[in-house]
Amino acid sequence: MNAGAARNILAAVASLALAASCATNETDALPKLDAPPRPVSFSPPLVERGAKLAAIGDCRGCHTAQGGRAFAGGRALETPFGTIYATNITPDTKTGIGLWSEAAFRRAMHEGVDRGGHHLYPAFPYDRFTLASDEDIRAIYAYLMTRPPVPARHPPNRLSFPFNVRSFIGVWKALYFHPGRWRDDPSRDARWNRGGELAEGLGHCGSCHSPRNALGAERRDRHFDGGDAEGWHAYAIGATSQSPLAWTEDAMRGYLRDGWQARHGVARGPMASVTRELAHADEGDLAAIAHYIVSGMGHAQERGAGEANAGSTNAAGERLYRDACAQCHDGDEPLPFGGLALARSIGVAGESPRNLVNVILYGLPAAGDRTAPIMPGYAGAMSDEQVIALARYLRSRFSDRPPWQDLASVVGKAREDGERIARAPAGGAGLDPALWGAKR
Amino acid sequence: MSARIELNGQWREVRSEGDTPLLYVLRDELGLNGAKYGCGLGQCGACTVLVDGAAVYSCVTPLAMVEGKRVTTVEGLGSVAQPGPLQRAFLEEQAAQCGFCIPGMMMRAAALLGEDPHPDEKRIREALQPNLCRCGTHMRILRAVKRAAGS
Repeated sequence: MNAGAARNILAAVASLALAASCATNETDALPKLDAPPRPVSFSPPLVERGAKLAAIGDCRGCHTAQGGRAFAGGRALETPFGTIYATNITPDTKTGIGLWSEAAFRRAMHEGVDRGGHHLYPAFPYDRFTLASDEDIRAIYAYLMTRPPVPARHPPNRLSFPFNVRSFIGVWKALYFHPGRWRDDPSRDARWNRGGELAEGLGHCGSCHSPRNALGAERRDRHFDGGDAEGWHAYAIGATSQSPLAWTEDAMRGYLRDGWQARHGVARGPMASVTRELAHADEGDLAAIAHYIVSGMGHAQERGAGEANAGSTNAAGERLYRDACAQCHDGDEPLPFGGLALARSIGVAGESPRNLVNVILYGLPAAGDRTAPIMPGYAGAMSDEQVIALARYLRSRFSDRPPWQDLASVVGKAREDGERIARAPAGGAGLDPALWGAKR
Repeated sequence: MSARIELNGQWREVRSEGDTPLLYVLRDELGLNGAKYGCGLGQCGACTVLVDGAAVYSCVTPLAMVEGKRVTTVEGLGSVAQPGPLQRAFLEEQAAQCGFCIPGMMMRAAALLGEDPHPDEKRIREALQPNLCRCGTHMRILRAVKRAAGS
């Protein structure tokens, strides 16, 4: 959609928002608890289950600021409409959810309304969480309410009109939000259905891996066709997957758990945060998610042989590859010690060059607390022209896909976004320089 | 092959192969031993030099990538007889213990000061984040960079 059409829609919806604000009245408040539930009132197995489910939801990823306390909020989420700060979901009574009943928590997850009855911004993906079962939500509530309460207020959101008007969310919800639990498909087995419930619901894969419309709603007609998030591209993981190598369930489960897979490569950007959490998920649930995702993934296309040499016309790119990349990427050592053979890389074959450019510029930072591949970044040593030549060369040499059209602007954007897009995964407190002996 | 680089203000012709890491070119061909070999993986920062003002790991940067560009090493910041401002600040704060990481630290700091002459402590910490020091003189290094930024 072009910008003009988007603006017209915006204007139309904005006026609609104001006109309809009575029709989209906010909901009733649910009563405050007198005091937070006592941690001992939750059974340890329930809390443990909640921990594993919260890992699937990656609650920590969004609700923890860089270097901040877990779940205490304050992390800035940059959206096309402005900056939204994640809320404090520790059981602190004043700044967190300490006085929320389970019913209020469940309503927030299912309906996108806070305890006081105010609409929540869909940056909190209740359009996905609404599919989660009461049982799973009960466990997550038990887990969160047994975390240490942290008093912490987040900065006010910085959003542009009309997104800064809360009642506008009501209009948005009327247009795009479809509350309702996951319904099992009786023609599928229990594992597929559990995987679907988690991947579509709590795991909210589609929040990043589907494109969004001008008003930030997921395009349901293009489910899993790939989307963009925080300076990174979330590749298509459905029928339109461009993966040059067919995923198996085992490979997918390993990738989701470890954050990298020897034949497919490494999770980067926001996905690195997701996989850090998924390492703590229940193995059975993870296998179910892998089963569900892989069963819906398109077959990898065979690499065409005819165009394999097209890259030889790009001498500059070829030379950069040979001199800078080949030693690791064309070597004998497997991941994590060597580099991925780029003919198997979704970074090269995928629908967007953004992640490839990010990784060329900023590398793969060391994971810090676990074994994972690393790569140095070349932002300092390479000019934009060199990055473009290299990316063009990789695309033509290692995939049969058409050349990327927008490399120059992608490189420009990646430079502008800088290393913050490539820094350690969100919530990676140990990697935040602000924590090294800094005075608070 | 031969390639031209502008090294510490002077154009130099070098003969190493294009895939030779810049660090080896500097140390083995040109005899500039300031930049150090630490990990060889672009993870520790001991080999840091400037390329067109930006800090790069010279151990993983092939010569071909920097052809025709401006390379600055710690030798370019001053000499023993006439240390530059950053070097003086490191001396005054006695920031070196074993000293192995220090040339890389100085070059990383030089890149920062080139971009922002008066960075605050947070900025300095962020900028130095890629460089490791095993002796633990981080606080002195920080003071040295702050001193250089103030002078």
